[in-house]
Amino acid sequence: MNMSNHIASSSGNQTEANSGETQNSARSAWMSILAKSNPDELVRAWERLDDKPNWRWLRKPETGLVMVRGRAGGTGSAFNLGEMTVTRCAVVTEGGEGAPGFTGQGYLAGRDRKHAELAALFDALLQDTSRRPALENTLLKPLEDELAGKRRKASAKSAATKVDFFTLVRGED
Amino acid sequence: MYVAVKGGEAAINEAHKLLAEERRGDKAVPELSTTQIDEQLSLAVDRVMTEGSLFDRKLAALAIKQARGDLIEAIFLIRAYRTTLPRFGSSIPVDTAEMGIRRRISATFKDIPGGQILGPTFDYTHRLLDFKLAAEEGSDSEAPHVGNADLSATDALLDDAMPRVVDLLGHEGLIEEERPAEDDAEVGDLTREPMSFPVDRDIRLQNLARGDEGFLLALGYSTQRGYGRSHPFAGEIRLGEVAVEFIPEDLGFPIEIGELTLTECQMVNQFKGSAEAPPQFTRGYGLSFGHCERKVIAMALVDRALKGRALGEAVEGPAQDEEFVMEHSDNIQATGFVEHLKLPHYVDFQSELELVRKMRRKATDMSAESADDEIVEAAE
Repeated sequence: MNMSNHIASSSGNQTEANSGETQNSARSAWMSILAKSNPDELVRAWERLDDKPNWRWLRKPETGLVMVRGRAGGTGSAFNLGEMTVTRCAVVTEGGEGAPGFTGQGYLAGRDRKHAELAALFDALLQDTSRRPALENTLLKPLEDELAGKRRKASAKSAATKVDFFTLVRGED
Repeated sequence: MYVAVKGGEAAINEAHKLLAEERRGDKAVPELSTTQIDEQLSLAVDRVMTEGSLFDRKLAALAIKQARGDLIEAIFLIRAYRTTLPRFGSSIPVDTAEMGIRRRISATFKDIPGGQILGPTFDYTHRLLDFKLAAEEGSDSEAPHVGNADLSATDALLDDAMPRVVDLLGHEGLIEEERPAEDDAEVGDLTREPMSFPVDRDIRLQNLARGDEGFLLALGYSTQRGYGRSHPFAGEIRLGEVAVEFIPEDLGFPIEIGELTLTECQMVNQFKGSAEAPPQFTRGYGLSFGHCERKVIAMALVDRALKGRALGEAVEGPAQDEEFVMEHSDNIQATGFVEHLKLPHYVDFQSELELVRKMRRKATDMSAESADDEIVEAAE
């Protein structure tokens, strides 16, 4: 896959936060949480934010498709199952007082532009090490808890339908 | 062949107005919302997403509403819509072993690690009409008893590990292995390249995944009735949520962009040995968006039937004929060609009319001639 792109390289210049495997995996984790979370929660979190940064669009929200792949038999060769709608956008925040800003990206399933915008803004804010610890506590942790709670609830509902089949011997032994 | 016709604009406009009126139905009845369709006709939404080949519940619900519940028309709308959007790329292949299980059953093993989970199923219902659903409309007294009450600490949860049942057979080498191809980047896409036969498994599975449920159901059934028998067992059917990982070009690392509901069927079929390989089970695979259980079972049967040629089986039934199956599985192509018959064929038909008149004249002349001949013969 072609990884060279002006956005990646420009954000790489702005901050060291984008380089390195661990940074990528941390960023990947929060971007995944932001993408999967209820957008209403992101709206509320943004409204709660006291020091909202100034920001501008690098790429306005755009809806397109990602081809979803599966594997034959679950483990075999890849095949194209079908597409899904995906919305993406990119923002640049201003650091203020000469400090560098951050490039934030939103990539998520569906066509919710506001959700993509907020995911991108929080992605930018989370790259700012002065803001990250607070956001991890006030935003990421509750979102993660909510996702985990949803999964647990679904798991409990399904677990109630767990069945023990037993075979009966028919006729004479 | 049909030819372009002109005119009729006013009539067409009126027909579309009438269609909109019929779609809305009696205005004394509250209008159906797309959210209601998504929530309460969710299996129709699942089918439209699978055969429309686009995962987006809201769009599928809208298409169903617009198509007045005609699912093939809705699938048509979705297929047309997807052509208007750019493609950002392809996902990392989803890992169904990591599925957040809602239903998971095996017809081959009674006791499986993680257990058998019935989930939301019509199985074991009595198929009796439930008149309570009609009588209590609007009262919402039929709210599911599982409810949304907060989870108590004593509620049992599913096991973390839900291994695929066929993988368990695989450990013993009892079933044919499904190994990834050397290069995952080279995945065929029939929406970009026309099919040419014989096709590889990737194209076959893509074709079957978006193929018509009814067509695959009939073909799968035909294999059970003897037209390409393969002695199937449903090794495992699972339904649940799977995270989709995607590597945006401008990031270069994978992120989960969302979760999809998928249904998967692993069919375990009769074994055959060869000079090189000892006898082992063979397999067929079915995968769909949403909860499309009948579809994935049928798909797995047909996938296995189409493996016949590679396994050295004689092609005896329609379901084993790759070209026949794959050229006729797409209900949008099929409906396009079948339904185009109702469009104006005036010129085409005129020429046929001319031809049949000419042939009749010839036939009449000939029978007159032969009648003359007979008279002459009789006179002699």
